[in-house]
Amino acid sequence: MAILVIAEHNNEALGASTLATLAAAQKIGADVHVLVAGSGSQSVADAAAACEGVVKVLHADNADLEHATAESLASIVKANAEGYTHILAPASTYGKNFMPRIGALLDVQPISDIVSVEDENTFKRPIYAGNAIATVQSNDPVKVITVRGTAFDAVAATGGSAEIASVDASGNISEKSKFESQELTKSERPELTAAKVIISGGRGMGSGENFQMIEEIADKLGAAVGASRAAVDAGFVPNDYQVGQTGKIVAPELYIAVGISGAIQHLAGMKDSKVIVAINKDEEAPIFQIADYGLVADLFKVLPELKEAL
Amino acid sequence: MKILVTVKRVVDYNVKVRVKDDNSGVETANVKMSMNPFCEIAVEEAVRLKEKGVATEIVVASIGPAQAQETLRTALALGADRAVLVKTEENVEPLGVAKILKEVVTKESPDMVIMGKQSIDGDNNQSGQMLAALMDWPQGTFASEVNVADGKIAVTREIDGGLETVGLTLPAVVTTDLRLNEPRFASLPNIMKAKRKPLEEMSPEDLGVDIAPRTQTLKVEAPAQRTAGIKVETVAELVEKLKNEAKVI
Ligand SMILES: Cc1cc2nc3c(=O)[nH]c(=O)nc-3n(C[C@H](O)[C@H](O)[C@H](O)COP(=O)(O)OP(=O)(O)OC[C@H]3O[C@@H](n4cnc5c(N)ncnc54)[C@H](O)[C@@H]3O)c2cc1C
Ligand SMILES: Nc1ncnc2c1ncn2[C@@H]1O[C@H](COP(=O)(O)O)[C@@H](O)[C@H]1O
Repeated sequence: MAILVIAEHNNEALGASTLATLAAAQKIGADVHVLVAGSGSQSVADAAAACEGVVKVLHADNADLEHATAESLASIVKANAEGYTHILAPASTYGKNFMPRIGALLDVQPISDIVSVEDENTFKRPIYAGNAIATVQSNDPVKVITVRGTAFDAVAATGGSAEIASVDASGNISEKSKFESQELTKSERPELTAAKVIISGGRGMGSGENFQMIEEIADKLGAAVGASRAAVDAGFVPNDYQVGQTGKIVAPELYIAVGISGAIQHLAGMKDSKVIVAINKDEEAPIFQIADYGLVADLFKVLPELKEAL
Repeated sequence: MKILVTVKRVVDYNVKVRVKDDNSGVETANVKMSMNPFCEIAVEEAVRLKEKGVATEIVVASIGPAQAQETLRTALALGADRAVLVKTEENVEPLGVAKILKEVVTKESPDMVIMGKQSIDGDNNQSGQMLAALMDWPQGTFASEVNVADGKIAVTREIDGGLETVGLTLPAVVTTDLRLNEPRFASLPNIMKAKRKPLEEMSPEDLGVDIAPRTQTLKVEAPAQRTAGIKVETVAELVEKLKNEAKVI
């Protein structure tokens, strides 16, 4: 019995989400292998080989995999799936894009976004925006699973010395789908899903310019900046800031919600944070029902004060 | 070009769902049901493509109980031309959904299938990708922009780092994200007109599809509840608490 984890990476470094996925794989047990599909990605294969508990790395390196499409990735995994009882990837937009394709190609029902491993066939996952937790047992011979990163403690990135086997993926490159371009949000700040502190703004911020106040506080706290859907829809900030049921799932030590009402779809993405602070001028706002510290006040008055006080 | 749109009937997004006392599932009796919001966005996109002259016909499909007819009628009122209901009382998993849709797609031969990225009940985010794989079609998931030209489409996708654009040959599957468009409301005359648009019914058996579930839900529980903490009066008090009580800054 062996488990295959599909690595998320940028051809240079292994993503933190992969380390959490490896932790879930180790909870299931058995030998853990990692597939790295990329271009010029030797450093990623080396990093995967060094992770605690990894016994083998499959390395598919091909110029056409620089921005690997879901079509190509699924085809590569299918071609190498023999002998694996579980195939895991992070429940990020990366993993969610190709893992269901693998499920369909293998004729199995994938299990999305697991938050716990009960046994090798049984997993817990949130449904209905986290308002219920389902315990799901799979009867398929292969389990195709995406893992919620915030629910598992990352394995150590050192200590392993797995063999690296190269895989020829030249026959698995899809001609039907091609990467054209990307527009990534540039930021010096920590990644939202990995940050220890997050400060998020909502519709109450009023404009994109006003997010400057949030950014200044984030700089002082070494925090990541997030947002509600309403703030993204209004164009205040880019889409990748969205925290929630259909955006990013975060669980930092400290989450500060500013001008966010606390709709269930937003709470679904942040209610597992350790300490929650809410700043809102409406004392009836639902966000206060889950906040450890609530400050009923006008954010335009309070944010400059907070910046000074830090 | 012909477009197939899929719509799912789900518990309305405003409903605060409750777990049943026997932990067998969530309470759905006497709960408001609506079209999955991502499917509304899918219908809207198809209608806009038709208004632009890119699409010529919009077929809308749903898999579910008899009441899913209402969801299909809503889509017809928003501008779809005809509807297909694959009627079943079973709870169909995404693999089954994809298998059923594969048969519908084979019958209808659309050039594009537009689906939601995620159903807000099961939060699976799987069916579109699975249909695409079963058809051996390319996919553009989590779309915030779709441009059709010369038998190809460019799909801009919302990804964790920002945006990515992929070029796909047609036929293809597109799944919608929130920023793709803002769905319109159906007008009263269009709701009336929709009642006369064709709605065909069939069963998974008619299509020869096995939808036996592959997973079993052993139990459904309420999540750990958070309780409200305290209100602070000033920024100074907040900072003091975060430093000395919570010790997080
Ligand atoms: C399918 C679907 C998916 C969704 N997914 C997500 C998701 O992933 N993430 C998400 O966040 N939402 C999501 N939503 C949207 C969600 O339902 C809410 O609409 C959204 O979270 C509201 O954002 P908000 O709290 O910023 O805005 P509002 O609800 O409008 O709240 C603004 C708050 O700001 C406060 N405020 C205003 N001015 C000030 C001021 N000067 N000082 C202090 N406070 C002030 C107000 O009192 C109010 O409480 C989704 C919705 C649907 C239908
Ligand atoms: N029973 C269904 N009937 C019609 N469409 C569905 C059904 N289930 C899923 N879909 C489509 O697939 C999308 C993704 O659903 P899911 O994979 O369940 O998250 C939905 O937004 C729908 O467009």
